[in-house]
Amino acid sequence: MRLSESAEAMLAGEMGPARQWAVEHQIQIGRMFDAADMVAVSQAHMMADPESVGPAGVELVERFAALPPDQRRVVIPMITDPRGVDLNYYDPLGQTVEMANLERRFIMACRSMGIVMTNTCINYQTVMPPVRGDHVAYGDTGVVIYSNSFCGARSNFEGGPSALAAGLTGYTPRYGLHLNENRVATKRYVVDKQPEELTEWGVLGAVIGRRAGSYWEVPVIEGIDQVPTSDAAKHMGAAMASYGSTPLFHIVGVTPECDTLADVNGQHLPVERITAQDTAQLRGSFGATGEKVDVVVFAAPQLSLVEMQSVAELCRGRKLHADTSMLVCTPASVYVDAQAAGFIEDIENFGARVLQGTCFYQQYAREIGEANGWTRLLSNSTKIVNILGGYGYKPALASMSACIDAAVAGEIV
Amino acid sequence: MSEILSCHVGIGAKVQGEALVASDNFSARYDLDRIKGIFSRPEHALAGQSYVGKILVLNTAKGGVATAWMLYEMASRGMAPKALLLNTANTILAQGAALAGMPLCDRFADGDITTLVKTGDAVVVDPENGQVTITDRQADW
Repeated sequence: MRLSESAEAMLAGEMGPARQWAVEHQIQIGRMFDAADMVAVSQAHMMADPESVGPAGVELVERFAALPPDQRRVVIPMITDPRGVDLNYYDPLGQTVEMANLERRFIMACRSMGIVMTNTCINYQTVMPPVRGDHVAYGDTGVVIYSNSFCGARSNFEGGPSALAAGLTGYTPRYGLHLNENRVATKRYVVDKQPEELTEWGVLGAVIGRRAGSYWEVPVIEGIDQVPTSDAAKHMGAAMASYGSTPLFHIVGVTPECDTLADVNGQHLPVERITAQDTAQLRGSFGATGEKVDVVVFAAPQLSLVEMQSVAELCRGRKLHADTSMLVCTPASVYVDAQAAGFIEDIENFGARVLQGTCFYQQYAREIGEANGWTRLLSNSTKIVNILGGYGYKPALASMSACIDAAVAGEIV
Repeated sequence: MSEILSCHVGIGAKVQGEALVASDNFSARYDLDRIKGIFSRPEHALAGQSYVGKILVLNTAKGGVATAWMLYEMASRGMAPKALLLNTANTILAQGAALAGMPLCDRFADGDITTLVKTGDAVVVDPENGQVTITDRQADW
């Protein structure tokens, strides 16, 4: 891989051990994916909840954070994905002081490196959306697929270590979705049934993701005759990325790189139909009508202000069932607006809890499930029900309004 | 007799070990109980089996970005696979392997690695040279 003069200097250790580590990391990745050189990126977004990072990862970042400022500071705007612990509300969830302390240490280290703790997986709605052609180094698959598909930005899935490396160097290896040739369609789907609310958009994304099946496939979708809202697009993308590890898709006439099928070379691809039966089948694997529900979760992705309003209106004047818990995850920036608008009061009067800057599945989900005796979990997120089976939950899926009906009834209705 | 399989240049140093193989996919967050060192997702083909110290052979990566940190965390406790072989890795697995110093290879010239290698086979993984050698076949194969 060709390196710039500054990258060569970093590699030689002239800019300290953190940047040296970063370039060495990027060279390994670049070599594996045949990158010819590096590309400058305008932002980095780091996924790094303490459950994933662990004590070993926190120690690594702390070593960088202890270097002199010119050696430790990131060189581009760098923000963070959700935290694993809401430091204002962890004991009642069954999280431990050790978990909170690991989180505190990590936050300190990030701040010292100049990383802004936005703690959000919806930065494209709340911080600074990328623009078309913008090369970025984003983590969180939901952020990447939304930014690539709906904003026309250019990012690979950059896991926490690679986002950190990009923050320290200002570059990322030029491979995958930074290159035009990897952004053309490889699979073509025609949708028979129009999705109507957020969960239906999520289910459609999940079916396509599962069919497409790998990071290196780019679906192009026809037959959608409406423009999704940002929240619908968010659920669709997050689910597709979760079920398929898919980082980019196109919708003909909707997404910016695909006015026509020919724009993404899709016209000669064989057509696969996505039928009402396909979506019903996926939903069927997460149905549990009549069963007692232990916890209702709104998260993955975090809720926008508009979703917070919808939840608040569904909660107003009603009461959570005594044997059921309900959690709502949103970034701190949305929380402030939701509080001013009275939404937090509506949700908390109902009996639910709004967590700030976290996302449920990144919050030591196994441990908090065991601490609270939660098994049957209900959510409107097609993504989260895919993740939590491995964490000992029996996840079920329903629309936002059906989730809140279930929270009132104490069972899935 | 040894069989040599060629693949794309991978990540990490040369290592040898015993293969654990399934035609299924991989995510450290979705599929594993990382404390116990076993596959915990009930639907996974390796559910209940320990991956610690094994050359883990699977189809592709799925799901989220957490694996990029998790392999390092698992390795720090000595509760990680010894290496990963896949038909196609994604960026996250590569990044995680690089941070963890865990050997990783993918894109095998001879076809599906999950059928070319069987559970119990002794294999040598050489990412630098893009080669995986089966040195001893599982007896009952």
